[in-house]
Amino acid sequence: MKIYTYQNFLKKFFYNTQICNTMNINMKRGVIVMEDKLLLRLLQQNARIKITDLAAALEESKDHVIERLTELEKEKVICGYHTIVNWDLTNTEIVTALIEVNASPEREYGYDRIASHIYKFEEVDTMYLLSGSFEFAVIVKGKTMQEVAHFVASKLACVEGVTGTSTYFVLKQYKNNGVILVEDEDGKNDRLVVTP
Amino acid sequence: MNYEEMLSDRAKIIKPSGIRKFFDLASQMEGVISLGVGEPDFTTPWTIREAAIYSIEKGKTFYTANRGLLELRQEICQYYKRRFGVSYDPEKECIVTVGGSEGIDIAIRALINPGDEMIVLDPGYVAYTPGVELSGGIPVPITLRHEDEFKLTPDLLKAAITSKTKAILLNYPCNPTGGFMTKEDYEKIVPILKEAGIIVISDEIYAELSYEEEFCSIASFEEIKDQCVIINGFSKAFAMTGWRLGYILCHPILSKAMLKIHQYIIMSAPSPAQYGAIEGLKHCQDEVEKMRDSYKARRNFLVKTFNDMGLATFKPQGAFYVFPCIKSTGLTSDEFCEQLLNDQKVACVPGTAFGPAGEGFIRVSYAYSLEELKVATEKIKLFIEKLKTK
Repeated sequence: MKIYTYQNFLKKFFYNTQICNTMNINMKRGVIVMEDKLLLRLLQQNARIKITDLAAALEESKDHVIERLTELEKEKVICGYHTIVNWDLTNTEIVTALIEVNASPEREYGYDRIASHIYKFEEVDTMYLLSGSFEFAVIVKGKTMQEVAHFVASKLACVEGVTGTSTYFVLKQYKNNGVILVEDEDGKNDRLVVTP
Repeated sequence: MNYEEMLSDRAKIIKPSGIRKFFDLASQMEGVISLGVGEPDFTTPWTIREAAIYSIEKGKTFYTANRGLLELRQEICQYYKRRFGVSYDPEKECIVTVGGSEGIDIAIRALINPGDEMIVLDPGYVAYTPGVELSGGIPVPITLRHEDEFKLTPDLLKAAITSKTKAILLNYPCNPTGGFMTKEDYEKIVPILKEAGIIVISDEIYAELSYEEEFCSIASFEEIKDQCVIINGFSKAFAMTGWRLGYILCHPILSKAMLKIHQYIIMSAPSPAQYGAIEGLKHCQDEVEKMRDSYKARRNFLVKTFNDMGLATFKPQGAFYVFPCIKSTGLTSDEFCEQLLNDQKVACVPGTAFGPAGEGFIRVSYAYSLEELKVATEKIKLFIEKLKTK
């Protein structure tokens, strides 16, 4: 177990700043414009919204919306149009684990090269670099616990630069990407039909 | 005993709300798609609910100060300063009320003598005229015009002011029209209000739901600030309708008189709601903005959809209603809404529920998701097409 030091924090902080700088450059190039904010929000709520409805909601022409979408896809602001599936309600076996990964940075690359070595594995669903007592939070999905454990032991923990891992298996999923996946009375709308 | 005879004249004089009749019709029917509600579809942000629950757990269940919790009043005054640039003293110029509704009631009661005239805008919110009548006042309606986008114009205002005029009740952004007064619009009427020396009660409950220009509070005009009584609350911006929490900001002498009425009839607004509201003012501006963005997208969608259908609909700059003109169908507002309900099970509110000037219009709320609006407007379109072939 590695002890969290101020120095480590600074190294990571530096890395994060680099991300911000890249983002600033993107904004300067005009990739993200204000009108896109609403477009992105509407898509985030419903990726299947029709172009004609998007155009009406944004007071734009269809062509303009298509043009913006293409641009945002090209610039990877829009990274996909995925469906949030609650696999728990299907008869598909799926095991999710959150893995804390400790790693040592490399000269010139920081944590990026180690990260790329990890996130390219098909088993890795989501990955973050964090501040705090470990470096990466890696969310791994597999069919069984054995499969996930095997992946961690034989692949993830062996990546050069990785100095330790802790694996936590998910028991229940409550909320994912802003969507509550368990039965919940919240948001159940019992407004009267007509009110002043 | 003849119970009708037992009733007070004032109880008899006020008319039942036009909304009520429609509510009864719509609630008897199964599977109604409603575009008829005047409250947000969003649930109160969890952080507000959580703060109120915590206050109950901590046993903060007693009466608060009559004016409301000082911390809440301080937050309200800071909020008005920060958002709309108008300063009030939380100790002497702010009262926390049971919804904006109580605010309207006690403001009118504190100001109107029997026989005093009070100008109300037509179409306007359902509670204003009865509020004046309950005080023995005489409501003097100004008929607003579609071509002005239901703004109050100097000529209309001048024509309505008499020697008996005590006050005027404004409500922008407006329920039911979505009408909006910009700073420039107000600049034209402020000198008239100043010269007339009448009180301006400004119901600013939809202030946060302004989509084009920044909301302008009439009290931001320093020359008439002391004449203004601001009514606002948490229902619309913070999606807190059921909590019943509002507030009044006004000159200390007026405020003191309203407080007197408030302390006898209400004592103090519910304490859990007040704790929730403090959290809302401190931490929910982002949520308010997200909701505003959603409303704006829905408004754009509706305005285009209704105009495409051939129902002339101006683009409202605030609140969450569009006010399509249905005169081209040859039906009255009542007929249109009733037939639409029977034919397609879609509930809208006839414009006449908000005053005679609402004839020829319907109020369509967009406190619904885009998906719901789409389904409902497709049904309205079918209805219109059927009407044309008749």
